[in-house]
Amino acid sequence: MDIKNRINKEQYNNQVDNMSPKSKTLLECIKAFIVGGLICVFGELLNDWFLSMNLTEDNAAIARTITLIFLGAILTGLNIYQKLGKFAGAGSIVPITGFSNSISASAIEFKSEGFITGLGAKLFTIAGPVLVYGISAAIIYGLILCALGALGI
Amino acid sequence: MRTIFFHNEPKILGSFGVGGKDESKSPYCKHFDTLFNDDYWGEDTFELCERKMYINAVQGAIGSAGLNKSDIDILFGGDLLNQIISASYSAREMETGFLGLYGACSAMAESLLISGVFIDGGYAKNCIAATSSHFATAQRQFRTPLGLGSTDTPTAQITATAAGACVVGLSGAGIAKVSSATVGRVVDFGITDATNMGAAMVPAALETVITHLENTNTKPENYDLIVTGDLGIFGRDLFLDNAKKLGYVFENYTDCGAEIYKGNKNAPCGASGCGCSALMLCSYYLDLLKKRELKKILFCATGALMSPLSTFQGESIPGVAHAVCLEAI
Repeated sequence: MDIKNRINKEQYNNQVDNMSPKSKTLLECIKAFIVGGLICVFGELLNDWFLSMNLTEDNAAIARTITLIFLGAILTGLNIYQKLGKFAGAGSIVPITGFSNSISASAIEFKSEGFITGLGAKLFTIAGPVLVYGISAAIIYGLILCALGALGI
Repeated sequence: MRTIFFHNEPKILGSFGVGGKDESKSPYCKHFDTLFNDDYWGEDTFELCERKMYINAVQGAIGSAGLNKSDIDILFGGDLLNQIISASYSAREMETGFLGLYGACSAMAESLLISGVFIDGGYAKNCIAATSSHFATAQRQFRTPLGLGSTDTPTAQITATAAGACVVGLSGAGIAKVSSATVGRVVDFGITDATNMGAAMVPAALETVITHLENTNTKPENYDLIVTGDLGIFGRDLFLDNAKKLGYVFENYTDCGAEIYKGNKNAPCGASGCGCSALMLCSYYLDLLKKRELKKILFCATGALMSPLSTFQGESIPGVAHAVCLEAI
């Protein structure tokens, strides 16, 4: 029995593509939109609250961000954020709370390999690529803006 | 010829299975020998928990065979972790010889097959075949941190938190005899999606099962049950569909991965992991063979041989499957 001669590789791959249960994209988009939107509304409310405490607009934005990161980390530690993520997908990954979740989840996970070789080394396994390419893109954007400014555009 | 016929009738003398939290909710849970209800079982790390499961399964199997540690010559086994630390660190606690094996989730059939060869050839008096897997240790090594909030692909299978062990020997009453076995080929049909391992392993499973049938001159209906390891729910359907194309209708066929989490909404595609087929074999199918509710089964554990590294380098996933024929005494 030589399976390679009996089943066509290409046909098999097509069959796998066709038969595989699919993600319910529309439903997941709606769930992501609602949960992601609610997180953003909550962020706006926080912002208003900080402004009502007489913080400047810049300081209120910083305080809001810090609070959201803190809440994301706390909810990860309490095992709640992963349940939310299972339901909402990108809706809870994209906001800054998701960034917080990715770092705190790694921190909790790799603590067992020590504070240096575990937590320290693996803290950014998930968030690392986002930081690298996010910061790189920001630098390129800044350089372009700077060059355009120098040319007087 | 990849099929081995055991002429001296090596027997499974004792077996034992251990399961975790999700296994406790399995429809088969009343057959499982030991169950625990959290992810740690009183240990500090998930890896130590998996090791405890492994040791527990080995000791349980020795006990169920009515033997002592000193009666065992060689332990054959492996697991999914890098450098198979669950098996080798467990072997540290044993006073037996140890041959570590890696066959991904095919480890149970692989170690059982080699145990059979050693016993049949008269090279050892009693051997143990044992393997384990743990959801959290596998998740850490192959996927993302446990606390990360993300959704699962519909074809993703959940690694079982389970361990199983069998003692194989010649003397004693025995539960079942090991009559023949087929060593699997590594088959790769170019599946690259590591969240669709069932599809990656189906061709290897078909190759091994059909080769075994051909070499032993048997038909599917000569077996009370043909059991694959962890193709999962989607993989099981794919297996049956492709078998039909090859002219084989398997009416008495099941898959441990598709069965063990039946009814569990968090595992829509079923289970995977070495422990999945090990627990189902050692605690459930061997129990049925012992009671003679099953007379003859073909146990074919399946493994996906990728690593996170090969996946990131864009390589496809090779599959392997080994078959062992077990008969009631």
